[in-house]
Amino acid sequence: MSAKGDAGSVLILGATSGIGKAVARRWAMDKADLILAARDTAEAERTAADLRVRYGAKARVVEFDALKFKSFEQFANGYFTDGCQLAGVVLCYGFMADQIEAQKNPEAARKTIDTNFTSPMLLMEQFAAQFEKIRSGFICAVSSVAGDRGRQSNYIYGSSKAALDTYLEGLRVRLFKSDVHVVTVKPGFVDTAMTWGLPGLFLVAKPEKVADDMWKAVRHRRNKIYTPWFWRYIMLIIRSIPQVIFKRMKL
Amino acid sequence: MIRAKKMRLAGWGNSPCQAADVFRPEKIAEVRSLTTNAQKTLIPRGLGRSYGDAALNENGSVLLETQFDRLLAIDPSTGVLECEGGVSFEDLLQVLLPRGYFPPVTPGTKFVTVGGAIAADVHGKNHHRDGSIANFVEQFELLIADGTVLTCSRTENTDAFWATLGGMGLTGVILSARIKMRKVASAYLSVDYQKAPNLDAALELFARNDKDYEYSVAWIDCLARHGAMGRSVLMRANHAKMEEMSETQHDNLFAPPKKKKRAVPFFLPGFAVSPLSVRLFNHFYYKQPPGWRLADYDSFFYPLDAISNWNRGYGRRGFFQYQAVFPLETARACLLELLEKLTSARSASFLAVLKTMGPASGGMLSFPMPGQTLALDIPNRGTQTVDLLRQLDAIVLRHGGRVYLAKDACMTAESFRAMYPRASEFEKVKASLDPQNRFSSSLSRRLGIGARA
Repeated sequence: MSAKGDAGSVLILGATSGIGKAVARRWAMDKADLILAARDTAEAERTAADLRVRYGAKARVVEFDALKFKSFEQFANGYFTDGCQLAGVVLCYGFMADQIEAQKNPEAARKTIDTNFTSPMLLMEQFAAQFEKIRSGFICAVSSVAGDRGRQSNYIYGSSKAALDTYLEGLRVRLFKSDVHVVTVKPGFVDTAMTWGLPGLFLVAKPEKVADDMWKAVRHRRNKIYTPWFWRYIMLIIRSIPQVIFKRMKL
Repeated sequence: MIRAKKMRLAGWGNSPCQAADVFRPEKIAEVRSLTTNAQKTLIPRGLGRSYGDAALNENGSVLLETQFDRLLAIDPSTGVLECEGGVSFEDLLQVLLPRGYFPPVTPGTKFVTVGGAIAADVHGKNHHRDGSIANFVEQFELLIADGTVLTCSRTENTDAFWATLGGMGLTGVILSARIKMRKVASAYLSVDYQKAPNLDAALELFARNDKDYEYSVAWIDCLARHGAMGRSVLMRANHAKMEEMSETQHDNLFAPPKKKKRAVPFFLPGFAVSPLSVRLFNHFYYKQPPGWRLADYDSFFYPLDAISNWNRGYGRRGFFQYQAVFPLETARACLLELLEKLTSARSASFLAVLKTMGPASGGMLSFPMPGQTLALDIPNRGTQTVDLLRQLDAIVLRHGGRVYLAKDACMTAESFRAMYPRASEFEKVKASLDPQNRFSSSLSRRLGIGARA
């Protein structure tokens, strides 16, 4: 992997996810050079080809497994040799086990926490250290409105995202001094494989809308965004429900 | 295994409407595991623009291919595009028309996928000259029942190639295809409108100078009787020449002004399409002045796409689209019989369409063959409508014609066998690709199409 060619490029982690693909397209539209990181590289290659044909973007694929923590240091450092730099990292991977399944099966619960919190935390620490050194860059990570409140129907996934939120907030404060920007993205329901076929969905957004909001948030150096925007107000109401009432609710 | 969504699905005609487990994979690995681990039968589906039950699988599984919307390569020297099966024509036009490429064949809506277009071996207004989409498909990747991916072309896996073109999704999932696009100089067409006071005049105009037009189609009034039976407006066009366009058009050769999109927000009551409303519509349609006009590609090829959900205009019970083709020798007699039957049944039809077709493509279950094709919408009024359609089938069959599977919802297995003489050849290929009939649809079961060694 030639680090020289990566100057100013954007690394998309989890590029084959529904949001990852839309994010790649949104950044490609803006003529960014893209590095698509995914486990299924054959799939990511097809997305890279699409970005080249549609937008004339530069795009290449790297293999990346979000659960191979030991590989993270080498993976991240590979983009910062020879004094070259990434423009930023967009973290799009995530995992949601069924809540009941996660209650019964510790492996499913652990995979949720590992994919949504442990992995981003360990990996972003690596990128943070590098960005800090070069005093530029951005980190944009997909969290979820599910992290705003512990609901009985989805609290294992929710708590993994709450942990991610807290982590990103701390990271933002730390990196602020170094001119490195951290964006926390909190989507509501998004029409991807993660939600396909789930009951009780409403106000489901297209991944393209979420990707566009993410791109704008990075551009305008926003700290935390809800996407689509109305989730800010929905979650404001849900967060304001007192515990005594919340624990009696069926949410 | 990815999650299924329990849905009630219909074709574009909203009739029939059936329950199925709907999967929407995002990765090829997921398509493979869905296919090889399938508990129920499976049928691929694109944007659901086939009218009847071709992309339905009652109490089975439906595989939505819409997430496979990636363009993989375009070769500027040959104009050959490689893209995934879920890419829509709308998307193709948006990305590639500004670069001077146009689909070589397009059906009357751009809301179809490349996979669906191949599975139905679609034809367009240029069939009399260029044939169906098969003529421009160089090869495709087909994921078959055992999970392997076959590269199919005129030289490789040829049986699978000709079974899949027009094969209504019954051979497997079309992952990607290479299609030779057409080079165009602009987004405009130069259209000639001519009136024909009756059927004979229309057929005579077609026969006389269809060859001068790349695109040719006639709107036909199905309610006109007696001497005016079959009165038509012929709309025939070529891609516009530079000198035919105005200065403002020269500045925006590939970007015609955007039109306002309209929509039918809900199902209209069933009586909205009545003999009276259709008669009024037809009257005003026929009254349009004839002559030469410049039209952008959207207005010429996709007039109905400007109204989202226009199919709701027929009410909740939906409608049947009926399209048949019959040989030139019998065309006049067959058309007269069909029109007679339709007018006497007082079965209203907006936008009946007549066109001449050229040579067949070679697809085993492909619809087009040389002759005249008639397409019409018939509101669903229950069993009386099904009876009427069966009577139309009998007329078509008697004149050596056939009905288009992408539109059909009512035909019997016996009629299908008689209309599609290569059905058994298709079933032999299906037996080698999919011996257990994992790929099956409501249409295939209704028509008794399956693996047969």
